[in-house]
Parts: sequence; C-alpha cells; structure tokens
Amino acid sequence: MPAAVIVFPGSNCDRDVAVALEAASGRPPAMVWHQESALPPSDLIVVPGGFSYGDYLRSGAMAAHSPIMRAVTARANAGTPVLGICNGFQILAEAGLLPGILMRNASLKFVCRDVDLRVERADTVFTSAYTQGEVLRVPVAHHDGNYFADPDTLQRLQDGGQIAFRYCDAGGNVTAAANPNGSIENIAGIVNAAGNVLGMMPHPERLADPLLGGTDGAPMFTALAEAIAA
Amino acid sequence: MSNTEPRPEDLMGLSDGEYDTILDIMGRTPNFTELGIFSVMWSEHCSYKSSKKWLKTLPIDGPQVIQGPGENAGVVDIGDGQAAIFKIESHNHPSFIEPYQGAATGVGGILRDVFTMGARPVANLNALRFGSPDHPKTRHLVGGVVAGVGGYGNCIGVPTVGGEVNFDPSYNGNILVNAMTVGIASTDKIFYSAAAGVGLPVVYVGSKTGRDGIHGATMASAEFADDADEKRPTVQVGDPFTEKLLLEACLELMATDAIVAIQDMGAAGLTSSSVEMASKGDVGIELDIDRVPQRETGMSAYEIMLSESQERMLMVLHPGREDMARKIFEKWELDFAVIGVTNDSGHLTLLEGGETSADIPVPPLVAAAPEYDRPWTPTPPRPVINATEIDAPDDLGDVLTALIGGPELCSRRWVWEQYDHMVMGDTVVRPGGDAALVRVHGTGKGLAMATDCSPRYVFANPIEGGRQAVAEAWRNVTAVGATPLAVTNNLNFGNPERPEIMGQLVGSVQGMGEACEALDCPVVSGNVSLYNETNGSGILPTPVIGCVGVMADVAKAVTSEFKAVGETIFVIGETQGWLGCSLYQRHMTGDVAGAPPPVNLEAERKNGDLVRHLIADGVLTACHDVSDGGLAVAITEMAMASEASEKGAEIGAEINISPDIATHGWAFGEDQGRYVVTSSAPEAVSAAAAAAGVPARAIGMTVAATLTLPSTRPISVAELKALNERWLPDYMAAG
Repeated sequence: MPAAVIVFPGSNCDRDVAVALEAASGRPPAMVWHQESALPPSDLIVVPGGFSYGDYLRSGAMAAHSPIMRAVTARANAGTPVLGICNGFQILAEAGLLPGILMRNASLKFVCRDVDLRVERADTVFTSAYTQGEVLRVPVAHHDGNYFADPDTLQRLQDGGQIAFRYCDAGGNVTAAANPNGSIENIAGIVNAAGNVLGMMPHPERLADPLLGGTDGAPMFTALAEAIAA
Repeated sequence: MSNTEPRPEDLMGLSDGEYDTILDIMGRTPNFTELGIFSVMWSEHCSYKSSKKWLKTLPIDGPQVIQGPGENAGVVDIGDGQAAIFKIESHNHPSFIEPYQGAATGVGGILRDVFTMGARPVANLNALRFGSPDHPKTRHLVGGVVAGVGGYGNCIGVPTVGGEVNFDPSYNGNILVNAMTVGIASTDKIFYSAAAGVGLPVVYVGSKTGRDGIHGATMASAEFADDADEKRPTVQVGDPFTEKLLLEACLELMATDAIVAIQDMGAAGLTSSSVEMASKGDVGIELDIDRVPQRETGMSAYEIMLSESQERMLMVLHPGREDMARKIFEKWELDFAVIGVTNDSGHLTLLEGGETSADIPVPPLVAAAPEYDRPWTPTPPRPVINATEIDAPDDLGDVLTALIGGPELCSRRWVWEQYDHMVMGDTVVRPGGDAALVRVHGTGKGLAMATDCSPRYVFANPIEGGRQAVAEAWRNVTAVGATPLAVTNNLNFGNPERPEIMGQLVGSVQGMGEACEALDCPVVSGNVSLYNETNGSGILPTPVIGCVGVMADVAKAVTSEFKAVGETIFVIGETQGWLGCSLYQRHMTGDVAGAPPPVNLEAERKNGDLVRHLIADGVLTACHDVSDGGLAVAITEMAMASEASEKGAEIGAEINISPDIATHGWAFGEDQGRYVVTSSAPEAVSAAAAAAGVPARAIGMTVAATLTLPSTRPISVAELKALNERWLPDYMAAG
C-alpha cells in the first residue's frame, strides 16, 4: 500500500518527502489534507517539514489539533509506522505521540546546513538499513530544533533505547561543537516506546539524490519501502 | 493654473507642475483620495519618471524572450515548453527603518510578482549593501535584514540560494535590500495583467487591508533626513504563512481557465494594481470600497487605496467562475471578495456608501505620468594607474590573509546558513560559489543564477561599472557551465535631481546596455530605486544585475572548490595586473583611486564561451570566476572551499610561475573576463584555448594542505579557512 503524507497549511517539505518515497518505492504516496478525518489505507504515515500554521503560537502546536491528527494518533497507537521530519517532529511532540519538546535553537537563529548524525538505533523499521554507530551526513533546516525533556523523561528515553540519532562530528564523537541547536544530549531524533513513531529534526529526504550532494538519507526510505511492501 | 481654488497644503510629494497637470486632467480640484492616487502613481517608485528615458535604451529583445519589461516580471523560454520568470526589486527605504519587516516584505513582494504570472517560485536571491562595520547601526541592520530575508523565504518554502553582502560607508544612512525571485511556468500558462473585457468581476483575494504601508511608495521616492525612524508606520508587516496559502491557492486557480488577468498588490497597493489592469486592458474599473476586506474599522477610501498591506492579489475573472474560485480560496482560508467590475468608462471609479468618492480617467493618469529628462553631467574620467605606482607589500601572504579575513571577502556562511537553501529538493549548487544552480523539478536540466555589482567601479566610471556588473553576473552563470539567457536589473542611486547622480545613472545604463547587447543577454525586468540619500549624501551607484542561465544537464555542472591534488591550474583570460579601484589598492593606500578595470566585451564573450564548452565536454574539474581581490583571492577561495579529505587535509595549490609583470599586480589585479579552472587533462584545455584564440596559461598544480603563491611562504589552507570563516560571526557576536 502506498505511504500517506499529511499536508497542513504551511507544510513545505511535503513534495520533497514524496519524491524520496516515490524514488524508493516506485509509488507516489497519497497526499492527505489536514482537514480530512480519515486516512487512506497505508502502512506508513509521514508528517513532513515546513511551517504549519506559520509556526505561530508554537511550532506544531496548531497542526497537532488538526482533524487528521486524531486518525494519525489512532494508527500510531495501533502500530503503523509514523515518521515526523522537522516540523513533523514538532507536531508529533505537540500531539503527545513523542515525549519532550523542541525549543528555539540555542543560537536563536535559523540554521540550514549539513550535520553528521550517529545512528543510535538500527533495529527500527526506519533505521534498519543503517548500522548502529554509523555516521550519516544529512541537512538540518530549522529555527526550533532544540530538543528538551525533563530528567525523568530523558532517563526513560535512555533506558528504553528511544534515542534514534545524535548529532556528532565526522568521526562519530558526540561533542558540543557538533550540536547545531543546543539539543539536550545532542538528541536529533527519538522513537516512541513501541518503536513505530520516529521524530527527527534533520531532513533525510534532502540528501537522497547524488545530484544534491549525498545519499545518506536514501536508505531510510528504501528500508521503509521494503517494510511496507512486505 | 487652470483652477482658482487654492492648492492643498500637502501635495503628497507631487511638484507644482505635476499638480497643474492633474488639474488639467481632472478639470477640477482633485479630492484627497484622488490626489493620493495621483501621488503614488506618479511617484518615482511607480512611474520611473527620472529613469524611463534611459531605460528605454536597454536591449530587451531576443529569441528567448517571451515577455520583457512592463509586466510583473520578465519571462524567458528555457525549452521543453517551460519558461523562467524572474525579477529583482528593491526594498531599501523600509529596510533601513525596520530591517526585519522591510527585508521580509521585500522578499514577499518579489515572490508575488513572480507567482502572479503563473510561475511556481523555485529560488530566491538577494543583493544586500550595508554601511561601514564601524557604524553603530550596521550590526543591527545586518542581523535584522538577514533574519527577515530568511524568515520569509524559509517559511514559504522557497530556497534562498544566492546573493551578495557588502559593506561601505556610503550606505551608512541608506542600506540596500534587493530581492530576486526566479520561478518556472509552462509557456502556455503565463498570466498577464491586462483586464481585457467589460462586465467582468474584479476580485480581491488574500489578506485583509489594514493601515500599514500607506504611502510607502511615496516614502521610497524621497531622501531621508534625521527623522527616518519616524517613518516606521509606512513600513509594511509581512506574513509568509498567508503568502504560502496565497501562492498555493493562486496556482490552484491558475490551473483552471477562470482568470482573465491577475496583478499583485505591491507598491501603491490597490491603486496601482487596479490602474494597471484597467490601463493595460483599455477598460474602466469600478470598485466598491465597502466590499474590500478590512482588518480595521473606519478606514477611509484614501487609506484603503493607498495601503500597502501585504499578501493581497487583484484578479479579473471570467463571469460565472466566481463560485469555483471562491471555493479554492476558502479551502486555503483566505479572503475572497468581488469588489468591482470592469466597464467601458475608461475611468477608475470608487464607490463608498453607494456614492462616488473618486473618479479618475485612467489613460491620462497613466499616459500623462511625468517623464523627466533630468540634467546630467558625465562622471569625469580618471587616470589609469599602473601597478608599479602602488607599493608592493613586504609579503603577499599578509595582504591575502588581511583581505580574506576582512569584511569585504570573508565567508558569508553566517548569512546563508540562516536561509533554507535546500527546500524544494532541487538545489544542485548551494550558496558560496559563483552561481547557484537549481534543477528544474522532474527534469535533468537546471537554472543557474547570480546577482552582481561592483559599486566602487561604477562610481569611478559608470559606463565601465555598468558593463562590469552585467559581465560579472554573466561570468558567474557561465562558471558553473550554464548558458546565460537574460538579466534583471535593480538600479539603486542617490537623488536624480543632482546632475552628477543622474550622470551615474545615465552612464551605467549605457554600459549595461552595451554589455547586454554584446553578451546576448537582454534585460527582461527590473526596478529603480532613487533618492538613496540621507542629509544630501548619496550611496555609491549600485546598479545590481541578476542573471539567469540554463543548463541542459545539471550533472555536468562544475563547482569552484578544488577537487583533487595533482591537477593543473589554469587562468583563462588575460592578466595585466590592473590595480586601479582594486581591493589591494584600498588595503595598501586606504583609497579607491584611478580608473576601474575595463571590460573587453569581445574577450569576455570568447573566454566565457570557451569555459562553457570545456565544462560541457567534461574537461574541467573546478571553475571560479576572478573578481574582487584578483587571482590570489580566486585561487585561495577554491582552496578554502575544498573538502578536507579523510586524512584531514584540504586541497591547496602551488603556483609555480614567475609573473612577467609586477607580482603584486599579477596576484591582486582585478582584470576582467577571467576564470581560474582546474583540469586533469591539461592538453585538452590548452588545445581548446588555442583553437578559440583565448589566453589560457597553466600557472601551477593542486597540492595537499598548503597554498603557495609566487614569492610567498606556504600558507596552510586550514588556517586560511579558519580566518575566512571568523570575521562575520565574530563581528555579529561583538554587538
């Protein structure tokens, strides 16, 4: 079944992720408007990047209350893989599908550049094409990517192996200098306890084409395509 | 005077003579609203009254041109039934008063100009000029403008892929913010602004109208004095989220056949959009002011007509298509209101409470717009300065590190990392190189684009400076391997009522025209910003050029960084060591003096055509144009841009020739028409250059880790890179 990409007013990476999904799976995803109340049959739901509702109020806060999000939550709880990228991560956090919040970058500035990511979990449906400890080069582009969780939550994330990606240097070392936004523990992406919901600030769909400078993001979409085809 | 009533005390920026013409047109005293409409329509910003005579001399035709100047943006054929639609526009005055909103709405305005014509915007660029880094306002203005440019472009999801940032004390009181948008449309789906046909509904869509930006166009047509900050209420406020919705809604409606004409509400808002649609369509328009969606209560017709509230469009639809169109705009949660109708009166008529509150004949409002032949004096020629007249440094390396570590040539990474330059997934060549290259979505071809101007050259010799701005933009587009197609220009000058300023404009337009002609790169759109003066002191003349080119296969594009060690480095073009008006001269003497480097347009073209062919044939591995700072800086930039290899070393160069001219002239001379290229097939480069009759001299080899210029010590590339990256973040953090 094709993937579903949710489109909010102000989404702007919906087409980019659709291109990556189609390149990996050979099938265009279904584009689902936020005012729908039901999802088409699909084995993967993607909440794309952008500025839903202009990021007014708080990034992701208003989109989290869109009609479609009730259906997304129900499917997430039923085990369907849900991938939130950038604004999608912010929306999933605001919707309570992932713990913690994304605050304004420590620099207080928007940051767009390639970063190195260390794969902390290679046993999820999203990351199965990577190996644990592998370093990926993928871009970030956000103003509010500074992940924060209280100490108890952070402990739970660590104990449960829910940290999927960390910002690191090219050698895979997790350093303060490699952290583009001030995220606690250099966290770039997390999964829920069940492992079927991934939120990440970096954009794997932006480096999934050799002409654009890299392909480290492509294996995520290939792995997902294989998983949903199986 | 044809009227006995006393003149209003406030002519709203109109001259006495212009007011007399209005009395003749109206046959009566205009009321306040009518006078406001004349004032904005005849402002310098909207009427181009000082520059029109000279703009008409620019070449605007070519087989590739679908639409030249006069519409919202220029349209150029890029093959396969597709067109590139682009324009550059200034938002200088507002950005000085309120940098974030001024810059943001500049981006929003130029985006609308492009999608009004049916194009999906695919790239933004800009040209920014700030005052001296020492000036107390500069840091605040840089921070605000960069955040504003990014804030708008990032949110709407159009990548900001290129531009310029420079500093000079002449911009202390008048910064320049020029924003450019490039879009792509189908050649059979291009929309124009002529409202042909009577009895057609006139529809307002987008945001509601508020009291912001009233008389912004008039403000942009006057000098600043010390009270500039008090003009803050004339600055508009941008909402990129609404513009994103407007973009998607307009493109959705444009996919149907409902639209007769469409025009964005930019400068002079509802006034200029309705007047232009009526004028171009040769019809009249009646607008019911009460039906205009309003953000505030109690707004007068004057305020509504002159508001520059953002994110609004005016459309003329085919009758009966209103409901279908309304549904689209309601889906995107935007206002949609039928506010008027076209008629055969030839007048712009405003109804307020059922009564006519303004009634102006459109043809004379447009045709009688003033056009001045302002007196001008040519810029006196300056002597040519020989390289040997300027001292040689004790060590070339010290000059090099000072230049690349200073405000003029330091890395602009701090700026472009605040811009999302990758969204839309087609940015093949990112910022920081010569031209950006954006793939045409779903194809293998691409559009290359760059903005350029060297104001110190223009000031020294407007004709050469005008030629150079075109040539450098053309060269940058060529340097990635693309074929330049056309340019858009943004003429930023001081007060045109001063003959020496007018002379700068006249000269640079002449130079631009010559270069556009010689390089087959016509002007298809543009903007003029005059009165960039504060207390009688004008900016350096800054005629910015934005160039767009096409490349059949983006996989063949070449970037500027060195790729591997052991490759031969060539200079394409002739090196004479021209130091007049160079950065080297300014560094050594503290002054910019003498004649600027001349542009040999014939050589420019031959050299560029050779480079393009070499890239198409896959012979070059890197290519970079030579501009500010000359060869030494160009080579250094190629080294600094190289990636550190796994062993940790960047790629440097060993330049192993002995120049036959003064070494400092060879290293830092700013002779035009040159490129530095690398190749692993040097014989092929030499043979092709010989066949084309183009000078191509092998000057050295790429090596690991260090850079060695003639008679200098080796310098570590890593150190150069660190130095180059440091200045701007340190400067901004120091505030």
